Amino acid sequence: MADGGAPLAAAPRRTSQRRRVGPIAEPRALKWGLTAVAVLVLGVLLLLPLAVVFFEALRGGVGAYVASLLDPEARSAIRLTLLVAAIAVPLNAVFGVAAAWAVAKFEFRGKSVLVTLIDLPFSVSPVIAGLVYLLLFGAQGYLGPFLQARGLQVVFAVPGIVLATLFVTVPFVARELIPVMQELGNDDEEAALTLGASGWQVFSLVTLPNVRWGLLYGVLLCNARAMGEFGAASVVSGHIRGQTNTVPLQVEILYNEYNWVAAFALASLLALLSLVTLVIKAVLERRDALAKAGHAAG
Amino acid sequence: MRPADDGAGRGGLDWGESVAVRLEDVSLAFGVAAALRGVSLQVEPGELLALLGPSGSGKTTLLRVVAGLLTPDSGSVWFGDEDASQLSVQQRNVGMVFQHYALFRHMSVYDNIAFGLRVRRRRGGARLSREEVDARVRALIELVQLQGMERRYPAQLSGGQRQRVGLARALAIKPRVLLLDEPFGALDAKVRRDLRRGLRELHDRTGHTTLFVTHDQEEALELADRVAVMRDGRVEQVGTPAEVLDRPASRFVFEFVGESNLLPVAVRGGVVEWQGRALSLPRVDRPEGPAVLAFRPHDVEVVPAGDGAVEGTVVAARRAGAGQRLELAVPGGRLDVDVPAAAPTAGGLAVLPRVWHLYDP
Repeated sequence: MADGGAPLAAAPRRTSQRRRVGPIAEPRALKWGLTAVAVLVLGVLLLLPLAVVFFEALRGGVGAYVASLLDPEARSAIRLTLLVAAIAVPLNAVFGVAAAWAVAKFEFRGKSVLVTLIDLPFSVSPVIAGLVYLLLFGAQGYLGPFLQARGLQVVFAVPGIVLATLFVTVPFVARELIPVMQELGNDDEEAALTLGASGWQVFSLVTLPNVRWGLLYGVLLCNARAMGEFGAASVVSGHIRGQTNTVPLQVEILYNEYNWVAAFALASLLALLSLVTLVIKAVLERRDALAKAGHAAG
Repeated sequence: MRPADDGAGRGGLDWGESVAVRLEDVSLAFGVAAALRGVSLQVEPGELLALLGPSGSGKTTLLRVVAGLLTPDSGSVWFGDEDASQLSVQQRNVGMVFQHYALFRHMSVYDNIAFGLRVRRRRGGARLSREEVDARVRALIELVQLQGMERRYPAQLSGGQRQRVGLARALAIKPRVLLLDEPFGALDAKVRRDLRRGLRELHDRTGHTTLFVTHDQEEALELADRVAVMRDGRVEQVGTPAEVLDRPASRFVFEFVGESNLLPVAVRGGVVEWQGRALSLPRVDRPEGPAVLAFRPHDVEVVPAGDGAVEGTVVAARRAGAGQRLELAVPGGRLDVDVPAAAPTAGGLAVLPRVWHLYDP
C-alpha cells in the first residue's frame, strides 16, 4: 500500500469532476483499495483453504475419493455424526423453543440468570465441557460407579458424545428465537385464545408459524455446529475406531496418519455441509427481509 | 364499512345471543400498582358502552378482565346469570378486537376469519362442516366489505382493511360480548371516522353487547350508548353522552370530556365570590370555602362590565365557525370564551357563564 498515497492525494480533484457525488462518496482509490484488502483477506483465509480441501480430496482421482468415503471406518464416522446430530438437534430445538417462550412471554424471577446460562456454552471452551462430563460420568467420576453398576457406558461411548454435543449447541435455537418472540409480543396468542383455540392449538397454529423462519435458521446453525464439533467430542469420545469417532475426529486421525486423501475427502463433506448451510441461511434471511418489507409496506 | 343491506337485519346471519355484562367490585393489582380498584359496572344486553379514560386509568385492564385474559384479585364478572369468573378465556366466547389488529400474518383474510370456527368445537364435540364454515366466512367478508380480498395476507392490506378483518374474525364465533381495545387507535383520522360510523351501523344491525376502550372523548361520545369515564382504576361516572357532557360528576370528568375553563372561587353564604367580589350567579347550596368554578367556552355570554362579572383583557382572537374564540387574561389565569363575531377583539371584556359547575379545588 506504499504507493497508494499518490492516487489518494489526487482523488479529491477527480471526484469534483464526477457527476452525482454524494457527501459520503469515497475517493475511488480508497474504495478500490478497501475492497481489494477485504477480498484478499477473505481469499487467503477462507476461500483458499476451502479450495485446498476439495483439491486435496480429489487429488487421487474421483475413484480414490469415493473409496475413502466408503471405507468402513469412514462410514461409521459418518453414521455416528448423523446419529449425534439427529439426537442433539431436535432436543435443542425443543429446548430452544421452550426457553425462548419462557423468556419472551413470561416475567419470572431468575429470568436473567436463565438467559445468561443459555449463553454459557458460548463462553466456555468445549474442551472444558468435555472434561466436566468425563469428571461426572467417567469410570473415576462422581457418577461412574453408579453407572457401571447398572452397565451404562456414557463416557467413551455414544451417549457421552451426544451429551457433549448438546452442551455446546444449547444456545443456538434459543438465541435465535428469543428476540423474534419478544418482538412479536402476545397479541396473536391472546387473539387465538379468545377465538377458542386450546393451548396446543395456539402454539401449533399461531406461535410456531410466526417464528418458523427464525426456528429453521437456529436449527440450521445448531446442526452445523453439532456435526462439526471437535473439542468436547474429542475429550469424551475415546477415539475408538469404527465406534466412537465422529467425522471431525476421524479427519484428525487420518491426517495424523498422513492419509491425506482420506482425511481431505471426509473434510470435504464438512466443508460441503457448511456451504449448504450458508446458502440456505442466505435464502432464509432474504425471505425474512422480504416478508418484513411486505409487512411494513402494508 | 357499511354493512351490505340485504334487508334481513338481525335475521340475515345468526349473530349469537348477546348477554348483559356485570362487574362486581373487581380489583386487580400488578405488583404494588393497583390497576383496578373495586370497579362495578353493568352493561345491558345489546348496549354499546365506551370505557373512556386517559392512559393508565385501567380501561384496557378492565376489558382484559372481561375477556378472561386477566384474572382479578377479587370481585366477579357475570355474563347474564352465568358467573364468567369460573370460565376460561375460550369458554367465555367473547369477540376481541385489538389495537394493533393481532391478525395471524401467515394466514389469508379468509383463514383469519375462519380460525375461530375451525378451532372451536360445538357443544356436541364436533366442528363445523367445511360448508358451514365457508358460508359464514363469506357472509362476514361481505358484511365488512372485503369481497375479493379473501386470498390476501394481512401484510397486503391497509390499516382500515386489517381492522375490518379483525372485526369479522371476532364476529365469526357468535360472541356473547364484543370487546374492542382502542380499535381505531392506529389509524389515520379519515379512516377512523369511516370505521367509527361503520361500527355504529354494524352494532345497530348485529346488536352485540359491546365494550369499547378509547382515550378519545369525541369517539366515545359519538359512538356509545353510554360512557364510563375511568380514572386511576375507578369508574368516575357512567352515563349517556349527554349526561356525561352536561352533568359531569367530578372535575376530572368535566375536564376530560370537553374544553374547560376553571376559575378559583370561594363560596360564602351561598354566594360565589371571585377575587373577593360576588359574581352574579344563582345562590348555591354548598359549604363555605374555596371551590373551582368550571364552565365550557361555548357556555359563556358577554355582559356589561360591573361588579358581578368575570372581567379580563382579550389577548388573542380567532374566527371559529360563525363566532369567534377569544383568549381572555384574567387575574390568576386565562379563559377561552366563544363569543359572537361582533364582540370586541381587543381591550377589556366582561363575561358570565350560562352553564357552570362548582367542584372542590
